[in-house]
Amino acid sequence: MGMLDKKYHDSNIIIVGLESALNWARKNSLWYEQFGLACCAIEMMATAASRYDFDRFGIIPRSSPRQADVMIVAGTVTMKMASRILRLYEQMSEPRYVISMGSCSNCGGPYWEHGYHVLKGVDKVVPVDVYVPGCPPRPEALLEGFLKLQEKITGETILQKKESVK
Amino acid sequence: MIEVISKETGNKEMVINMGPQHPSTHGVLRLELVLDGEIITKVRPNIGYLHRCFEKYAEQMDDYAKVIPYTDRMDYVSAINQEHGYVIALERMLELEVPERVEYIRVIMAELQRIASHLLGIGAFGLDLGAFSPFLYLFTEREKILDIFERVTGARLLYNYFAVAGLMRDVHPKFKADTAEFVRTFRPKIKELNDLLSYNKIFIQRTANIGVLPEKVAFNYAASGPVLRGSGVKWDLRKNDPYSIYDRFEFDIPVGTGEVGTLGDCWDRYIVRVKEMEQSLRIIEQALDGMPDEGDVMEAIPKRIRPKEGEIYVRTETPRGELGYYIVSDKSASPFRVKARAPSFVHLSVLPAISKGSLIADMVAIVGSIDIVLGEVDR
Ligand code: SF4
Repeated sequence: MGMLDKKYHDSNIIIVGLESALNWARKNSLWYEQFGLACCAIEMMATAASRYDFDRFGIIPRSSPRQADVMIVAGTVTMKMASRILRLYEQMSEPRYVISMGSCSNCGGPYWEHGYHVLKGVDKVVPVDVYVPGCPPRPEALLEGFLKLQEKITGETILQKKESVK
Repeated sequence: MIEVISKETGNKEMVINMGPQHPSTHGVLRLELVLDGEIITKVRPNIGYLHRCFEKYAEQMDDYAKVIPYTDRMDYVSAINQEHGYVIALERMLELEVPERVEYIRVIMAELQRIASHLLGIGAFGLDLGAFSPFLYLFTEREKILDIFERVTGARLLYNYFAVAGLMRDVHPKFKADTAEFVRTFRPKIKELNDLLSYNKIFIQRTANIGVLPEKVAFNYAASGPVLRGSGVKWDLRKNDPYSIYDRFEFDIPVGTGEVGTLGDCWDRYIVRVKEMEQSLRIIEQALDGMPDEGDVMEAIPKRIRPKEGEIYVRTETPRGELGYYIVSDKSASPFRVKARAPSFVHLSVLPAISKGSLIADMVAIVGSIDIVLGEVDR
């Protein structure tokens, strides 16, 4: 904090819109649900590990959907798994986001043609906010996906949305 | 103590689901645990959450070579080893000669992949038991291997690099130097790992004497790889049924000895993996020395692959154990059937036998120690 050192040591007041303050807090503490499905999950692990280091963006893995803000669907979604994914999604508290990681969960990926047991896109069961392409996407790509999600959150109008519901 | 707990519960059984969303099941595996208090009386693995129709795809492809990317995706942690078995099977079917240089590069890549796979397996195993920092250190090393792979194949995880009797492209000129550098820097790291995790008191307490797999049970279930070697059996296909050029290298087969507990417990299976990494380094060093500098890696690749009518079974040693490919050909350009005998699937069936009677908290250790990959279980 070199520049700000000793300058603002008295109690100070910041004036900021409520919405942008909420959004700012939200986008910088995106806790994701640790939920790997297939090959892409290995890259997700690599992104969370030492070299790419998710933590510096405030992105921290949680093991329970109830503590998570964002679900990364990393890997092939099969018919058997689809209903479970929906259930996990429903267990997450609002606001919740979904990142679809990899071709498989985007559209079926390499299994789109003859994969009789593969769901052709996770967006058939849960709404997706960001699609990350690749098979598997590089860790940088997943990070970019998170940055895109942060962008999306910045522009959110949570309070106004409530009014329109009334 | 254990008896007291079960008496208090009045021997009422309870069923608990572990998974399919559980951070320690290494994928989407569901275990139905029947509990008597804290003690597991029965385990029923419930699989099929990642069935990706491998056999169907193999039948549908109009070329044998097009199956290779799908073999990658079976055991995505050790993709190179999966390809290796498949291309060897085809080479034996077609009776093809593989150039020297290709064989050496293949062995180096396969052993590097074995180390990478063990690093991930060990790291995740430690993570499951609460050791977070070894995971980060091991992933730093794994990234170095992935860098080598990336420079050679262009991909980080799924490579599609081996071709029938050849390679997709030649290695770059600095490959030898890169790999030698990695071997040099990685050796001391194994010692560090031993100090940090292997002989850590807490880690030993959580893994020693737990999930004991006696030799006889291992044989009955047809276990292989580190799971079998952890029980003290010297069995490694690279030595016992050499494929590729493994008969040219000198290396040992590390086996479990019951050093800190009973023979065949979780710690034994773990330490076998650690020692195997050392042996892999030895193989890589010898292969780097023997690797010819000249030679076209693509010249022997056949234009069209049409094996004679017949069938073949080829087995290779992957980081997880014996991977067998059973290929049936009907003379057409696409395989009639490709069946994979996956070690993870076999080891998962060992799970009920070794986890009976243990505490529920140890389940995570047992699942981690057999190191399964669900992509290979379900295929
Ligand atoms: S997109 Fe590719 S890497 Fe990801 S789960 Fe599907 S097959 Fe695996």
